[in-house]
Amino acid sequence: MEIVMSFVIGFLFMAAVYLMLSKSLLRIIIGTGLLSHGAHLLLLTMGGLDGGAPPVVSPGVTDYADPLPQALILTAIVISFGVTAFFLVLAYRSYQELDTDNMNLMRGTEDHD
Amino acid sequence: MTNLLLFPILLPFFFAMILMLFPKKILAQRILALFALGSTLIASVTLLIKVKTDGIQAITLGSWPAPFGISMVSDMLSILLVLSSTVIAIFVVWYSFSSIGKERESFFYYPGILFMLTGVNGAFTTGDIFNMFVFFEVLLMSSYLLIVLGGEKVQLRESIKYILVNIISSALFVVTVAYLYSVVGTLNMADISVKITQIDQPGIITVIAVLFLLVFGLKGAIFPLFFWLPSSYAAPPIPVLALFGALLTKVGVYAIMRTYTLFFTLDQSFTHELLMILSILTIVAGCIGALAYFDVKKIIIYNIIIAVGVILFGASQMNEAALMGSVFYLIHDILIKGALFMLIGVIIAITGTSDLRKMGGLIKSYPMLGWTYLIAAFGLAGIPPLSGFVGKLLIIQGGFEAENLWGSIFILASSLVVLLSVMRIFIYAFWGEPIEITPLSKRHYRGLFTPALILVGISVLYGVGSEWLVPYMSDAANVMLNPSQYIQAVLGGA
Repeated sequence: MEIVMSFVIGFLFMAAVYLMLSKSLLRIIIGTGLLSHGAHLLLLTMGGLDGGAPPVVSPGVTDYADPLPQALILTAIVISFGVTAFFLVLAYRSYQELDTDNMNLMRGTEDHD
Repeated sequence: MTNLLLFPILLPFFFAMILMLFPKKILAQRILALFALGSTLIASVTLLIKVKTDGIQAITLGSWPAPFGISMVSDMLSILLVLSSTVIAIFVVWYSFSSIGKERESFFYYPGILFMLTGVNGAFTTGDIFNMFVFFEVLLMSSYLLIVLGGEKVQLRESIKYILVNIISSALFVVTVAYLYSVVGTLNMADISVKITQIDQPGIITVIAVLFLLVFGLKGAIFPLFFWLPSSYAAPPIPVLALFGALLTKVGVYAIMRTYTLFFTLDQSFTHELLMILSILTIVAGCIGALAYFDVKKIIIYNIIIAVGVILFGASQMNEAALMGSVFYLIHDILIKGALFMLIGVIIAITGTSDLRKMGGLIKSYPMLGWTYLIAAFGLAGIPPLSGFVGKLLIIQGGFEAENLWGSIFILASSLVVLLSVMRIFIYAFWGEPIEITPLSKRHYRGLFTPALILVGISVLYGVGSEWLVPYMSDAANVMLNPSQYIQAVLGGA
């Protein structure tokens, strides 16, 4: 199971890197979404996928899934959610102000903005 | 008071939340922000005295036993850094009163600074690797706000790049923590150190060490990963730049020093060799940049990169002299970079440009500013009675003791380049033909110049009184050299 997940996560990272190297700002933001998705799945996989019960204490169950990675993922999800929301609004603002979403045109030199 | 070590984190956090309630009342914002920072300063000094007399302070939140809860640890290195960050934040806020402008002040500028200080102090104090990630995000989120606040075109453009780089490095941090967790099965830093010693550092731990270097190197701007820093830092207004330049990269440097002295100590011939080579290349890259520009902001920004290289070279030597030198130099660099950015802020305010070629002759109208800048410049380069000297001397001594002759020679040569780059500002801006300037009002000038002057004064005292500071620095170096003290303080008898 971990092998399959590793391949999927690797594919997510590949797609994220490809998108983040493109010119359009929106593609880059989609890339960061895929990147954090991959990172969260990796946390889950690295905690082990050995098929225990959900980590809620219930009578008669001895084998639980590791609760720690789930807590870490929950934290990481809300953080990346906050950052992505900020980034999206920033992209919107800069589209209004700079009139472009092409990263190649957002260069600016010492002489002009 | 076992909770004393949490106060430098909680006080700015608490006051930042209060400040969010009345953003338009600027006078109240200013007074309360200064009050918050003053009380943080008092808490840090108390904590410093306590750490000096009683040894390392550690607490595991919620009374859970040590590896299971989140530990907060304050050893000499972290409390010294917390103290100097708080000092810098006070001066930046004071400087902001007369430079940042009403529009920014009424849009959550001071809460932003206080939240950033929360994140910085938390990252210095935490004893849990995932908690460190969270505090990194706290300080990064506040820095996103501060870098884009005002919404000028250049700020929008550069903050997109800054945020993108930091999102990538944060994702890498999560990935690295995931790998480390799957190998050692714990997140508590002291416990990780014990587990890594038990499994005798197999190859995968060395890979994780390099990944950590990649993550923290992106935050701290080491050689191949510094590309984002110069243009991003040139975008925000001067007080924000002073805050970033003095604090943000130093958090990455601290994290590298902490992980490389606590976790990855068994395969030093690879990891620390790599760190040393990268730090020397960082110095070279910074030197090239510092000489290449005619823009005062860019010159000082590239000096940040040089300083990061010098500190990490000391950290990679792993002997007492070099580590002590690194701590000396780290604190010196926080103080002097804050002071230098404020001083060039005054120069930019007077001349209305940051281009050296359009300045000249300021020494006639502003002699005090000129001589203060000269002292700060000598301090940065490490002229003996001033603050940069002792740190660099110890780092070079440590380099010779570890028989890294060439590395030490690079450090010495870089001092000359640093001196040349900051003296160029002095010569171009203060000597030569006076240019037409519209003089600042006395009150505005005093508001800008006084905090910078006092900060330079503090850095001079830091240099002159270094004899008196040696016991503190050697305590900090000792904990880094003997991680068992740190582990003992967190885990008890383990």
